[in-house]
Amino acid sequence: MIQPADAGQAAWQDACLVAAMLAVAPKACGGVVIKAQAGPVRDRWLALFKSLCPPQMAFRRLPVNAAPQRVFGGLDLTATLNAGYPVAQRGLLSEVEGGVVIAAMAERMEPAMAAQIAGIMDSGQMIVERDGLQLKANTRFSMIALDEARDDEPGIPVSLREQLAFDVRLDEVSAAQSQSGFYGAAQVEAARERFVRTRLEEQALTGLCEVAMVLGVGSLRASIMAATVARLHAALHGRAETEREDAEAAVRLVLVPRATQLPEAPPEPDQQPQDQPPPRDQSEGSDQSEQEQLTPEQLSDILVEAAKAALPADLLARQEAARQAAAAAGMGGSRAGVRARSATRGRPVGSRAGELRPGSKLDIVETLRVAAPWQALRRRQREAEGSTKPSAAIEIRKQDFRLKRFQQPAESTAIFIVDASGSSALNRLAEAKGAVELLLAECYVRRDQVALIAFRDDKADLLLPPTRSLVRAKGSLTALAGGGGTPLANAIDAGLVLSETERRRGRTPVMVLLTDGQANVARDGKRERAAAREDAVDAARRVRRARVRSLLLDISPRPSRPAALLAEEMGATHVPLPYADAKAVSSVVRAHVEAAPALQAAV
Amino acid sequence: MSGFRPPFPFSAIVGQEQVIRCLLATAVDPLIGGLLIFGNRGTGKSTAVRALSRLLPPMKVVADCAYHCDPDGTSLCEACRRRKPEELKSTTSSVPVVDLPLGASEDRVVGALDLESALTRGEKVLETGLLAKANRGYLYIDEVNLLEDHIVDLLLDVAASGENVIEREGLSVRHPARFVLIGSGNPEEGELRPQLLDRFGLSVDVTTPNDLAVRVEIVKRREAYERDAAGFSTEWHGKDMALRRKVQRARKILADMETPDGILELVSKLCMTLGTDGLRGELTLARTARAFAALDGKKVVAARHVLEAAIPSLRHRLRRDPLDDTGSDVRIERAIEEVMAA
Repeated sequence: MIQPADAGQAAWQDACLVAAMLAVAPKACGGVVIKAQAGPVRDRWLALFKSLCPPQMAFRRLPVNAAPQRVFGGLDLTATLNAGYPVAQRGLLSEVEGGVVIAAMAERMEPAMAAQIAGIMDSGQMIVERDGLQLKANTRFSMIALDEARDDEPGIPVSLREQLAFDVRLDEVSAAQSQSGFYGAAQVEAARERFVRTRLEEQALTGLCEVAMVLGVGSLRASIMAATVARLHAALHGRAETEREDAEAAVRLVLVPRATQLPEAPPEPDQQPQDQPPPRDQSEGSDQSEQEQLTPEQLSDILVEAAKAALPADLLARQEAARQAAAAAGMGGSRAGVRARSATRGRPVGSRAGELRPGSKLDIVETLRVAAPWQALRRRQREAEGSTKPSAAIEIRKQDFRLKRFQQPAESTAIFIVDASGSSALNRLAEAKGAVELLLAECYVRRDQVALIAFRDDKADLLLPPTRSLVRAKGSLTALAGGGGTPLANAIDAGLVLSETERRRGRTPVMVLLTDGQANVARDGKRERAAAREDAVDAARRVRRARVRSLLLDISPRPSRPAALLAEEMGATHVPLPYADAKAVSSVVRAHVEAAPALQAAV
Repeated sequence: MSGFRPPFPFSAIVGQEQVIRCLLATAVDPLIGGLLIFGNRGTGKSTAVRALSRLLPPMKVVADCAYHCDPDGTSLCEACRRRKPEELKSTTSSVPVVDLPLGASEDRVVGALDLESALTRGEKVLETGLLAKANRGYLYIDEVNLLEDHIVDLLLDVAASGENVIEREGLSVRHPARFVLIGSGNPEEGELRPQLLDRFGLSVDVTTPNDLAVRVEIVKRREAYERDAAGFSTEWHGKDMALRRKVQRARKILADMETPDGILELVSKLCMTLGTDGLRGELTLARTARAFAALDGKKVVAARHVLEAAIPSLRHRLRRDPLDDTGSDVRIERAIEEVMAA
């Protein structure tokens, strides 16, 4: 384990190592994700990297809201209007040819743009087919993606992340720790010449592939990058062939940040770092001669150990947080419609052809762009037709109209699933009903919907289909019966089916389960506690897998084990609420439902 | 390093048997109707598609036709139809594999008035779009699930009718647009609309191989390619050409392929057991089984060809049941067991 005090120092050392390797062969490793807030440390890293690159290297900053025409190339509007025929402009990505793109706030880049850039990096070829233009160019560049997302927010789009070999975290580094740069331009220059001839040892390649498998790194591109990085590391340290520590560095810098699972638990607990050299130790030499005698198995073992030592202790927790952030933001498990396209409200996301109708918003620049190339022609046509109407400064036709499209947080549907079994059922139902009505009263503002499923005896009934209507809710909730067994599994199933339906309609479902978690009716209707519990757990797991957000309001007198367990299986937030009155329920649900749009806005 | 870089050779691809087999099947019988390749990143989806162009046998085309019409074919474009058969000079050309990049605009996909000739000579000439270029070839969309909705609508229409209709800027042109649609993407970044899903004849799920030796081999070959793309490509040229001959042979066999009644029955039973919607699944399954048989050099379709074709032809046509999260592949395997046992 790394001592916390040294963590920042070690992180900075690695960051400098990455800067040096990237400067040796920027295009060979795609680039780097810099996870850090804006600040002096990040600036210092960028300055260091620039100082290691050849002076003629092009650097271009890619702002997060750059228009596609600027990024990929397209029609130059002003020049086209002046010239009367289409004039193309080059995009930033072809201007930078051979250089480095610095993507600011990359975590906010649109997934489609990120995927497009990633595709260009992957194929080395940029193809643009827009505005009547075809542009095809070979372009190779590398990217520094500045990712300012917090740990509970989704980071840079996965498509782009995949193309960048390195991952540097600078948040733990203090300004004082980042004084030294460790590497100099001369060393990098020498390495640049050596790199092409640097060979990767066969054993090291096998070892890297094996570590990738052990860490659950699915992408083979990661293994390929690790191989390149091992060669880079060797070249930087003056070697013609990779050695053990080069492979170790590749594991630490490329594979470990992509790990999705921990290596199989070794027989001894995690108290073993003493008997192996710390992987970050730069001093080599002592066991150099033994190098040749290592069998492939031994090398693989060493690399796995190196991976373990470098794995952050909170890896899995961090991934879970990222997964949840992505799910909440409608990425990750995003279904069509989780983020609804809208004609009138929300954040603008491009434009499309369409007819002008009341309420639609014209995208003037896009419309001009479409109309621009045609100006000379239309004017000529008008003269030929001998039109008497005075000629317009700019001739716009109906087919030019481009309408703005917006993206808005999806509306949500709160699905109440209420336990109507047992003696207190009637009372509970009444409170749930009160909560539904309270929520609906606000829905006129929030535009969310509410549905209610009650369960008792051996079935779950949809008492109130998703609605926004208070009147309808009041009407259908009047005649409710209570009592009998608790078919929890059936109830959760019914909630999940409804959730899927809502998703298909483009809404975000949130399941709100009011129960004490004590099931006693199984899916097949049998009254058997063990089977009922098993079925309920199974149903709960499905909710988790389907990534439906859920909330479990625990109505038992004191927080109960079964309810907590069930919530865990569902991936639900567990809220003990012994006196589930209408007001308390509605405020908890509201808080939970409102968390979603806030996150979505951050996408 | 600028200039032309040959794509990674098709025959050098390791560990993607199903993708390769399905791509070859579409080359043998384009009417199978396209292939959707879904899988996580870094599984080599686009590598396989980009490699395809070098493998496809060249085709006979009308010499100066913008849509590379087949001089012996039935679906000619208007210009070719107006000419007398003896005026159609034929030549050979490579099969187009056209990239439809994300962010492409409608006019470039469909085609639009050629501005240059309109401005300089005052002529109304169509500047053909990607759909014309892809006629009789392949249209490839990487990240198909991120494609803009209105482009998807366009494709759905053309893929269904095999014809592209252009009505804009005073132009009124229609031309054949039959192509094999290939899409690839990562399902975690967005799902595909069911209508578009249905347009793909076959669907393959790619995963990373879990065999260390295979993974090492993949990385090695990739390294060799990155180091010297041209040399690596030359090295594999012979194997690529062997595959090309295999496709050509299979095409010949396919014309006289025999499909026993028992096989057709098996196809229907499988689809019935699985409750797939519509006839498309059944047709695709039978076609793909025939193509597989042809690739194996057989003249009669056997049950194993149907079983091999079942998962790629049907996996994306099963109704989703939120309460049954058994994977599609497992459901098809069960149905196969059921049908074969009966």
